[in-house]
Amino acid sequence: MSKPLTFQETVFRLKQYWSDRGCIIQEPYDVEVGAGTMAPETFLRVLGPDPYRVAYVQPSRRPADGRYGENPNRLYKHQQLQVILKPSPADVIDQYLGSLEAIGIDLRKHDIKFEEDNWEAPTLGAWGIGWQVMLDGLEITQFTYFQQCGGIDLDLVPAELTYGLERIVAFLQNTDSVYDIEWTPGVRYSQVRFLEEQQFSKYNFELADVSMLWQLFDLHEKECQRLLKFPDAVLPAYDQVLKCSHVFNLLDSRGAISVTERVGVIGRVRRLALGVAQAWMKQGQANQEAVA
Amino acid sequence: MSALPFLLEIGTEEIPDWMITPALNNLQDMFQALLDQQALGGLVNSVKATPRRLVLQASSLIERQPDADELVMGPPKSAGTGAATGFAKKMGTSLDQLGTQSTAKGDYYIFTKRTPGLATAAILARDLPNLILKIQWPKSMYWNGKGSERFIRPIRWIVALLGNAVVPFEIGGVHSGNATSGHRLLGKSSILVTSDDFEEQLKTNGVVLSAEERLEKIETETAALAEGKGLRVKPDPDLLHTLVYITEFPTPILGSFDRQYLELPQEVLVTVMRHHQKYLSLQDTNGNLASHFIAVMNTNADPEGLVRHGNERVLRARFNDARFFWDTDQKRSLEARLPDLKNVTFQAKVGSYFDKTTRVVELVKQLGGDQHAQRAASLCKCDLTTDMVKEFTDLQGIVGGLYAQAQGESKEVWRAIYDHYKPLSMEDEIPATPQGRLLSLADKWDTLVSCFNVGLIPSGSRDPFALRRAAQGVVRIIVEGKLKFEFPKASEELREFMRDRVEYYFRDVRSFAYDEVRACMAAGWSDLVDLETRLKRVQAVRPTPDFEPLAASFKRIKNILKQAGYTDGGTYREDRFEPGPELELHREIRRTDGQPLEARIGPLRPKVDLFFDKVLVNAPDPEVRRNRLALLHSLLQEFSTIADFSEIVTERQAP
Repeated sequence: MSKPLTFQETVFRLKQYWSDRGCIIQEPYDVEVGAGTMAPETFLRVLGPDPYRVAYVQPSRRPADGRYGENPNRLYKHQQLQVILKPSPADVIDQYLGSLEAIGIDLRKHDIKFEEDNWEAPTLGAWGIGWQVMLDGLEITQFTYFQQCGGIDLDLVPAELTYGLERIVAFLQNTDSVYDIEWTPGVRYSQVRFLEEQQFSKYNFELADVSMLWQLFDLHEKECQRLLKFPDAVLPAYDQVLKCSHVFNLLDSRGAISVTERVGVIGRVRRLALGVAQAWMKQGQANQEAVA
Repeated sequence: MSALPFLLEIGTEEIPDWMITPALNNLQDMFQALLDQQALGGLVNSVKATPRRLVLQASSLIERQPDADELVMGPPKSAGTGAATGFAKKMGTSLDQLGTQSTAKGDYYIFTKRTPGLATAAILARDLPNLILKIQWPKSMYWNGKGSERFIRPIRWIVALLGNAVVPFEIGGVHSGNATSGHRLLGKSSILVTSDDFEEQLKTNGVVLSAEERLEKIETETAALAEGKGLRVKPDPDLLHTLVYITEFPTPILGSFDRQYLELPQEVLVTVMRHHQKYLSLQDTNGNLASHFIAVMNTNADPEGLVRHGNERVLRARFNDARFFWDTDQKRSLEARLPDLKNVTFQAKVGSYFDKTTRVVELVKQLGGDQHAQRAASLCKCDLTTDMVKEFTDLQGIVGGLYAQAQGESKEVWRAIYDHYKPLSMEDEIPATPQGRLLSLADKWDTLVSCFNVGLIPSGSRDPFALRRAAQGVVRIIVEGKLKFEFPKASEELREFMRDRVEYYFRDVRSFAYDEVRACMAAGWSDLVDLETRLKRVQAVRPTPDFEPLAASFKRIKNILKQAGYTDGGTYREDRFEPGPELELHREIRRTDGQPLEARIGPLRPKVDLFFDKVLVNAPDPEVRRNRLALLHSLLQEFSTIADFSEIVTERQAP
C-alpha cells in the first residue's frame, strides 16, 4: 500500500467522492449532538417526499463514553462522516464500496462483510434496517435503510452511511491508538484533541452542575413547546430538542437520573422530537400548496 | 409432453444469517404447494442459500396444466328441448353436443365442460411475485418508498428459468431474467446462466452455493491450519452455522495474540472472540486455551497477510479493553456496588435491580438457603454495574462470579453467582452447586412473580422477557437438582403458566407419554421431584398386561361416579356387601392395602373385571347403590396420590 492518508485527507477524499455523486457537502451542525443522525440535515431532511443527498462530518458528543484521554479507542467526542442518499439508489452498496477504494482500501486484499445490525433511536422515534460493515473484523460503517423517523413512516427510503472516521483512519495508518493518528503531516490526533477529551471527561463525570442541568432541561423543553405553536419556527424548535437530548446525556453521565426518572425523561425528549417531525411535515405540505 | 427443470434465484442484499434456513424451508413449502395445487407435476429438489441469494431448484414440471373436465348436470330430459337448448347455450355449445345420464330421478342432460390448462410458465409468472413476497421474516423492510413491497432486504435481481426460458415477472422494479450476480469482489456482477450450469457458473464467480459445501470447506481448511501446531479447534456448531451463512466463499485464516492476555479469564477471552469477532477459539494439547484464533473471511485468500493483521489488531484492542475493565472494576468490590443497583432498571414497571436483590435474598432465606447462598444472592446482580458486563453483556453472572472469587469470597459464594443464570437453554447444564441451584431458582421465580404481577405475561410467540425460559429453568432445577420446593402461593395465571411448562418439560423434553403426564399431574404437581418418581413408576407398569385394562375400568368408574353425582367421600359398610364379586373386590383392596402400585395391579384387575361383569352398581336399593359407589370411589382414592388413571388413553375405552 502506498503511504496511507492522513485524517484530513481521508475526510477530503470521502467528501469529494460523495460530492461527485450528487451530494451537497454540508458543514457540521453547530449544536451538540450524539450522532450525525440527529443533525437536522438527516433528522428532518429524511422526512417527506423530496429527494435529498448530503454528506457532512459531524462531531458527535457522548459524555458517558469519555475516558479522560486514557483509553486508546474510546472518545467522548468522535467524528462521524454522515451520508444521506434519499432515495437510496439500487447500486448503493457498490457506491459505498467504491468510497472505500477512494480512501486507499484495495478490497481485493481485504475481507468485507455486512453483518446484521438494525439501528434504533427511541428518543427520536426513529429506526431502520441495516448492517454494520466489517473490514478485517473491524466495524467501520453503520449502514441503515431508514424506515421511520419522528414516528413517521418515510415516503422515500434513504440510505444512511455513517463512517467512524477515527477507526477507519487508525486502520489505514495501522496505529493501535486513535491518539497516534496523523491528522496532517507532523500533527497527531492527540495534539488536536487530547485536552478536549481530558477536560470534558472531567466536566461530564465530575464538574457538571446537576441542578443547573435539570433547570436547563426544563427551560429547553418549555422553549421547544412554545416554539412548536408557531408554524414557521420548526428549525428553532428542533434546536431545543437537541439541547434537551444533550443535557439528558450529561445528566446520565453524572449518574443523576434514577431508574424511575429515566423512562420519563426519554419520553419527554421523544414527545418533543415527534412534535417537531409532525410540524416539519405540515410545513412541507403548506409550502407545496403555496407553490401549486 | 416433456418434463422441465425450474430454477429460481432471489438475489438480495445481505440477509441476516439466522433467518436464512427458516426462510428457505418456507419457500420450499410454498412452492411445492403451488405445484401441487396447480397440478404442474414437479418436485422441489433443493433449496440453497448464501447471504445474498435464495435459490430453489425443481424438476419434472410439465409444460402445460392438464385440461380440466367438469361434468355439468343440465335439466331433466322430461323438461323438453327448449330447456335443453337453453342449457347448451349456457355451456357455449350446441344441442347435439349434450349427453344424457340416468339417475334415480330420471334422465338428465349433461355436458362435459373442458377448461384448457394454462401454460406452466404463465402460472408461475402470475403467482411467483406474491409467493416470494409471502416468505415470512422476523422483521421486514420496504425500500421503494412508503406502501411498496416488503422483504427482508432489498431484492436486486431475480433469475427464473423454466427449462431455458425466462419466466417473466417483476417485483419492485426488478425484472426476472437469466442473469445472476457473482461474489461482490471475486465475481462478475452479471452472468448469464442456464438451469444446468447455474451452480457451476456461480462457483467460477466466487460463490459456493451449497451451505454444506461451505461448511465442509471451513472445517477442512481449519483443520489443515491447526494441524502440526499442537492446536485443536473448540467445537462450536452454532458459530459455524453463522459463519456459513455470512459468507459466499468462506476461507479460514489463523491468527494469534500475545500470550500475556491468557492471564485474563478464559470466559472473557472466548466471549470476545466468539460473540464480538466471530472467531473460533483453539486449544492446546492440554485442553488449555491457546493464543490463536481462526477467523473466517468471505474471500479466497489473504496473500499479503493484511486480513490476518487487521483481525489481530482488532482483537488486541478488544483484549486491552477487557483488561482495562478487569483492572478498574476490581477497584470497587461487588459489595460496595450494591447501592448502585438502585440505578439499574430491572423492568420499568417492576423497579430496580436493588429491589430485586432484596426480594431474592429474602426468598433464598425462606427456602432455607445457608449463609453462602444468602451472601451470593446479595451480590449476584452487582456485576451489572461493572464496565466488563456493560461491554460484554453475555458475561453477566460469570463476571460476577469471577470477581467474587478474586475478592476472596468463598467457593460456595462465587460459584453460585457464576452459575445463577443457568440453565440458559434446554441443553445448558443446571448450576453445579446446591447454593447455585437455589439462587438461580429464587432469581427466576422472582422474575416470574414480579412480571406476572404487573401484567407482563407471555402470549403466543411474544415473550420479550424470556419468561418461558425462566420457568423452564425453574422446572429443570427443581427436578434435576432434586429440590424440595413447593411453589409458593402464586396467581392463577402464573400457576397455569407453570403447569404448562411442567407438562411441556416431562412430555417434550423427557419424552413421557402425554397421557401419563396428564394422569400423574392430575394427582398433584406441587412437588416436582415426587411427580417425576410417580411418572417413572407409571411408565414402568404401563406395558404390563393388567395395567391398561385396569386404567380403562378406572375411567368407567369415574364416569359412573360422575353420572351418579357421587360426591360423598364417606366410608362404605362391609356388612352390606353381597358375597361374590363385590365382597371379593373389597377384600382384595383390603388385602393389598399398603402394597405398592406395581404389586396391586395384577391381583386387582380380575376382581375389578368380575365386579363389572356381575354386579349392577345402580342397584334399586339406594343404600346398596350408595355402598357400591363408595366402594368404587375408595378404589379410585387408593391410587389418586399417584395418578388419575382415568386419564390414561387405552385401547379398550370405557363405554
